[in-house]
Amino acid sequence: MKLDSKIPSGPIQEKWDRARFEMKLVNPANKRKYNIIVVGSGLAGGAAAASFGELGYNVKCFCYQDSPRRAHSIAAQGGINAAKNYQNDGDSIYRLFYDTVKGGDFRAREANVYRLAQISVNIIDQCVAQGVPFAREYGGTLSNRSFGGAQVSRTFYARGQTGQQLLLGAYQALMRQVDSGSVTMFPRTEMVDLVVVDGRARGIVTRNLISGKIESHVADAVVLGTGGYGNVFYLSTNAKGSNATAIWRAYKRGALFANPCFTQIHPTCIPVSGDYQSKLTLMSESLRNDGRIWVPLAKGDTRPPMQIPENERDYYLERRYPAFGNLVPRDIASRAAKQVCDEGHGVGSTGLGVYLDFSDAIQRLGNSVVADRYGNLFKMYERITGDNPYEVPMRIFPAIHYTMGGLWVDYQLQSTIPGLFVIGEANFSDHGANRLGASALMQGLSDGYFVLPYTIGNYLAAARPDGLDANHAQFREAEENVNRITQRLLAANGQRTVDSFHRELGKILWDYCGMARNAEGLRLALGKIRELREEYWKNVLVGGEAEDLNQSLERAGRVADYFELAELLVTDALARNESCGGHFREEFQTPEGEALRDDANYSYVAAWEYKGPNQEPELHKEPLEFEHVHPSQRSYK
Amino acid sequence: MKLILHIWRQKNPSAPGKMMRYPMDNLSHEMSVLEMLDVLNEQLIVKGERPVTFEHDCREGICGSCGFMINGVAHGPMPATTVCQLTLRHFKDGEEVYLEPWRAHAFPILKDLMVNRSALDRIIAAGGYISVPTGSAPDGNTIPVGKGDADRSMDAAACIGCGACVAACPNASAALFTGAKIAHLGLLPQGQPERNKRALKMVAQVTRELFGSCSNIGECEAVCPKEIRLEAIARMNRDFLAGSWTER
Repeated sequence: MKLDSKIPSGPIQEKWDRARFEMKLVNPANKRKYNIIVVGSGLAGGAAAASFGELGYNVKCFCYQDSPRRAHSIAAQGGINAAKNYQNDGDSIYRLFYDTVKGGDFRAREANVYRLAQISVNIIDQCVAQGVPFAREYGGTLSNRSFGGAQVSRTFYARGQTGQQLLLGAYQALMRQVDSGSVTMFPRTEMVDLVVVDGRARGIVTRNLISGKIESHVADAVVLGTGGYGNVFYLSTNAKGSNATAIWRAYKRGALFANPCFTQIHPTCIPVSGDYQSKLTLMSESLRNDGRIWVPLAKGDTRPPMQIPENERDYYLERRYPAFGNLVPRDIASRAAKQVCDEGHGVGSTGLGVYLDFSDAIQRLGNSVVADRYGNLFKMYERITGDNPYEVPMRIFPAIHYTMGGLWVDYQLQSTIPGLFVIGEANFSDHGANRLGASALMQGLSDGYFVLPYTIGNYLAAARPDGLDANHAQFREAEENVNRITQRLLAANGQRTVDSFHRELGKILWDYCGMARNAEGLRLALGKIRELREEYWKNVLVGGEAEDLNQSLERAGRVADYFELAELLVTDALARNESCGGHFREEFQTPEGEALRDDANYSYVAAWEYKGPNQEPELHKEPLEFEHVHPSQRSYK
Repeated sequence: MKLILHIWRQKNPSAPGKMMRYPMDNLSHEMSVLEMLDVLNEQLIVKGERPVTFEHDCREGICGSCGFMINGVAHGPMPATTVCQLTLRHFKDGEEVYLEPWRAHAFPILKDLMVNRSALDRIIAAGGYISVPTGSAPDGNTIPVGKGDADRSMDAAACIGCGACVAACPNASAALFTGAKIAHLGLLPQGQPERNKRALKMVAQVTRELFGSCSNIGECEAVCPKEIRLEAIARMNRDFLAGSWTER
């Protein structure tokens, strides 16, 4: 298979304009004859479904939640980047483009990233017009802050709830279309298979989560905006329901999966407190602006933090990275925390935590300034841990947060299956090996509002509506496939619950394919995953019935997919013999312990093709070329 | 620690429900109420019993999926806290704890603690938006918004649509939910063209869904996990009244 990224020719500044002009259009009167399925109602899916509805297409939008407003985009805190240069501080489209390619450690496509930076400015306009209550200055203009180590203030925000407000904007636009009849919502409905007819994506099979009914839906194009796969690790900052089933089953129907090993670990999360832990809560990265991170110098020191004198503390980030100190990028801060904990300096009952201490900031700025900046975060921390951060240092530890990998798409956001488009976190396209803060919201909305409405038209213009219906053999086959999986899961009737397997799988991944990876560990992990997967199919205990509201069965199907996805993730990590961004291979580091990229041999997108059950997937490479941003080593010393 | 749970169990919308007793042992103070239910469900599944169905997703208090009555209070005893962030340290060892679903005519029970809140989506669909098609927006800074208005708009926009306000209201009124959206959009200049009409359309939908009327009791404000103020209801009433006179 030859991967054609379909990047338009010409100077990078003109590529998107040129592509838009070259794309075919669908006659406005014909648009209602086309059916589009959108799976997922977050920033990407919700924005796309609303925009398609406005254009006049017939849209069906699916989400597993009870309402499209609950998609996990809602939990994003920090903000959204845009190259508006409202602050007159030297920002530009080119600078946002440059920062994103560099931040992604030179593993993203330049043309895609440039388009993202161009569109970023339209996103802000659109959201303001929708009534997103962005933070404002006293004069009424939009307020910005600098975020994630950027040297310009380009982040727009709505308190600590930017994702929520942007999602509500998209949700409201979507509900307006629902009211007008152009979009039909299918909440509490999970996509469980993709249907490919004559080589084209022509529909999906879904499970109604209330009745358990399996149903088929036909369309002229299918869009997946189903988010990332971070929950393969069991513990992550993702919502409990976030899952990879839609993209995984599309992968098994022929869509290539790109860069699965590029996973992002966020350094400032509340540590695990016990075996019952169900998820990890993120504390905004902005805390590192004023908090100082440290651990006790002595191993296993169990004294309360305030009793540990200054000279018996190790401010390890300030020591190792004097220039950036506590503000080093996410991947570096995370790895350093793991290292000090591995060496036995970790704090808290589990030893997996480091202190984030505000006592200096409080002394310097006073309680009220600190409260003004971080008051809501401090409250949230206290609500969860019972500790008051004004008096006791916070305890934090890294957690899985975002997945840069996803289904492979070309410049038109089309996967390797014609008619299947993938947007937002579900695709692999714009963040390379590491995503910068405040860039996920930007990408989701860019794909949904401003890229896909054009590119899907280009596809549909060449695909005449043909009256295909759900009685086609391929739909029957897909429904049978889904029923078979369900029956097998229920029939196992073993001894262990779905969650106990998921937890164990997550632990294997976290231990061997988390913040630091090595070939030996990865090989070991492959064996362990396979072993556990075999046990899963024999010994899982799901309970209940197929045709009923059965939350255990919902999880069982998702975990079955996680086992296979975990294997691909580890395989990809093993095949990439370099360290870059979120992928740190211990064998490939500089003498100072920093990531060592291998541009000569690994400057490519690794796209994996499914070859059948228990077959090795086949690796296809899309070479990456850098004409504008020349690969260099990141240094934060 | 120990707790004695009493949970509403109901197999489906038409089956009769009842309270069932579940003594829980070896709980940790740091667990959330939902994590306690996870533990209970694991035990029930292994015993071959039907696990407790409850709604949840983000587990960080922002998606609005979770929520049920704890000892008669929506989202339980802590102010500004959804059940997913409510830890057991707020309960006494050995306490009897009663968990029941939201109860309102417009929120039919689906199973156990899970109810159908799609009426709230239909209220938004009726007019809870600003009509601006993708691509037809002017530059963001051409619409100045005073900081005070932006802040108050944001206060109302913080609503997570969990439905606690409806569940807490003796009339099962959706006034706080509806008022929050009307206040969020009505406080912004972008929201002015449709302001009065929006209130008329949304309130009409509230009536169709058979939510009760607001009689200014204030239970909704007391339980709202996002601390939405009663002021939102006043704004709704005002826009509704203005709309009744001006819209035709």
